Amino acid sequence: MSGRRWWKGSILTTAAMVLIALGVPQVVDQFGLLQLTVFAAMCILALSLGFVWGYGGILCFGQSAFFGLGAYTYAVTAINLGESTVGMLLALVVPAVFAALLGYFMFYGRLSDVYLGVITLSVTLIFFNLMNSTAGDAYRVGKARLNGFNGMPSLPTLNVPGDPGRLLDPAETFYLVMACLVIVYVGLHVLLASHFGRVVVAIRENEARCELLGYDVRLHKLLVFTIGGGIAGLAGCLFANWGAFVSPNVFSLTMTSQIIIWVIVGGLGTLLGPIIGCLIMQYLATALGTQQLANTSLVFGVIFLAFVLLVPRGIVPSLRRLALRA
Amino acid sequence: MDLAAVLTFEILNGVATLVLISVGLAIIFGMMRVINLAHGEFLMLGGYAAIVATNHGVNIWVAMLLVAPLVVGVIGVIAERLIIRVLYGRMIDTLLATWGLSLFFIGIVTTIFGNTVAGIGAPLGSLGVGRYTISLYRLVLIGIAAAILAVIFVALRRTRLGLIARGTMENPNMAAALGVSPPRVYATTFGVGAALTGLAGGLLAPISGVLPTVGAAYVAKAFITVISGGTAILAGTAAASSLFGSINQLLTYFTTPVIGEAGLLAAAILLLRALPHGITGKLFRGSL
Repeated sequence: MSGRRWWKGSILTTAAMVLIALGVPQVVDQFGLLQLTVFAAMCILALSLGFVWGYGGILCFGQSAFFGLGAYTYAVTAINLGESTVGMLLALVVPAVFAALLGYFMFYGRLSDVYLGVITLSVTLIFFNLMNSTAGDAYRVGKARLNGFNGMPSLPTLNVPGDPGRLLDPAETFYLVMACLVIVYVGLHVLLASHFGRVVVAIRENEARCELLGYDVRLHKLLVFTIGGGIAGLAGCLFANWGAFVSPNVFSLTMTSQIIIWVIVGGLGTLLGPIIGCLIMQYLATALGTQQLANTSLVFGVIFLAFVLLVPRGIVPSLRRLALRA
Repeated sequence: MDLAAVLTFEILNGVATLVLISVGLAIIFGMMRVINLAHGEFLMLGGYAAIVATNHGVNIWVAMLLVAPLVVGVIGVIAERLIIRVLYGRMIDTLLATWGLSLFFIGIVTTIFGNTVAGIGAPLGSLGVGRYTISLYRLVLIGIAAAILAVIFVALRRTRLGLIARGTMENPNMAAALGVSPPRVYATTFGVGAALTGLAGGLLAPISGVLPTVGAAYVAKAFITVISGGTAILAGTAAASSLFGSINQLLTYFTTPVIGEAGLLAAAILLLRALPHGITGKLFRGSL
């Protein structure tokens, strides 16, 4: 694909997202707005994996570890400080630092793809077990009780920086989440167009060759993984803020497999794909949840299998191919 | 003294549990270099098979030792035929497909049995050791884990099938040139791996109970054990299980089970930093 077409596509997508951000609150009722807010937060999460896996070629099966870590960091900080700004920043930093630490062991140990996927998945599952067992008064961080599998309810929601009494209303929250989504999307595009981004994609294509050309493959992968962890943490913070609630389910197998499905369905190696995949699957999950027609896991499993076996490229790259051929 | 005996028993028990839950995965990984992400669900299906059979009047030992592995083995062979076979050589797609399979199994079992815990009582009683008592059933589990490793060793070393399996593992192309059909070997491997996993699921059902998502409780440990063990099926599983089982049980004894599990993971990550191809990538090379 030529560079010009690439930019054209991403500018169109950005414009569409800005239009949706500005237009939707005028036409949608409160419930729809809340729904779209969580969809947008999840889109950020999908983008984080789309970047790490689709461009960095890092098989991360545990993106929800960083998502959950972000959510819990926000929850604990917001409860302790009674305001949200520091919590939001920490929700970016803590998962990024954890990702860097984990990434150091994985990339500098030169673990292969399969090992990477399995380690990241195991880390998530162990977080899940760990948080589930924090019931009781002994498990608290400052003023915040972790509450085990019951989760932490009534978290302070986002406020205007510097003014803890002035909370954001649903429309403002939606603007904020959409702004984050646009910033992440555009930011990743700019990053990928930079020298760093090109090296990252080159590493995905041929690791040995990049190494022989003198690039530090391990460092690049580590940075990609860290950035992805930070973005996932941001999504986690927005998600926790959305429901004013966080529970160990953010680390669950269901959560982490959903992220993988979004990216698989939407398409690897694009930034638009994960967003589209996330929107489709979120809509489907909501519909299945309200209608009780079939078990969500069952349907997701079938869709997952169908895409891996029949449409391994995912929706967006497949459509793009069709469009190019036509 | 009694305490030391009980602690030793706990450690052996931890090791045996790890051997049980990971040996089926290790066989599939060692032969096909594929991690079966539906492994936890195979354990779960084995548990349900044992419980359903027991509730229908089948003797509990028959249910655990025969019905569970048989049912899951058949499911494994079918899954291999329909899904895994299509993706040979595409390792990452295979991983993803088995993940889809795992969700599918969770969904279908939830639809049939509901999202509740099912269980059966553990057979046998307990044994007094001084001031403590230990469960006889757990003692039997240690014996079964050892027996499984012994049987696999004999099967790989002394039988014709084992020879073919080892040959295919070493060099599939050469084995094919000599008239062995690698796809057939892989199918058998997958079936045997699934059956052993079903056996483990059946044996653990009386201890932990079963619910559709129970797999998640086991898989993390099983994955860690297998990849830290490396590709040698027996030496890898035995070495990694002994190491992590001891760490897990000792930490569990002195702190909490969850710290034990987290310690197991931390130990594995440190170990893989030093030995990226697992224990048998460096030590015991060329062993089974």
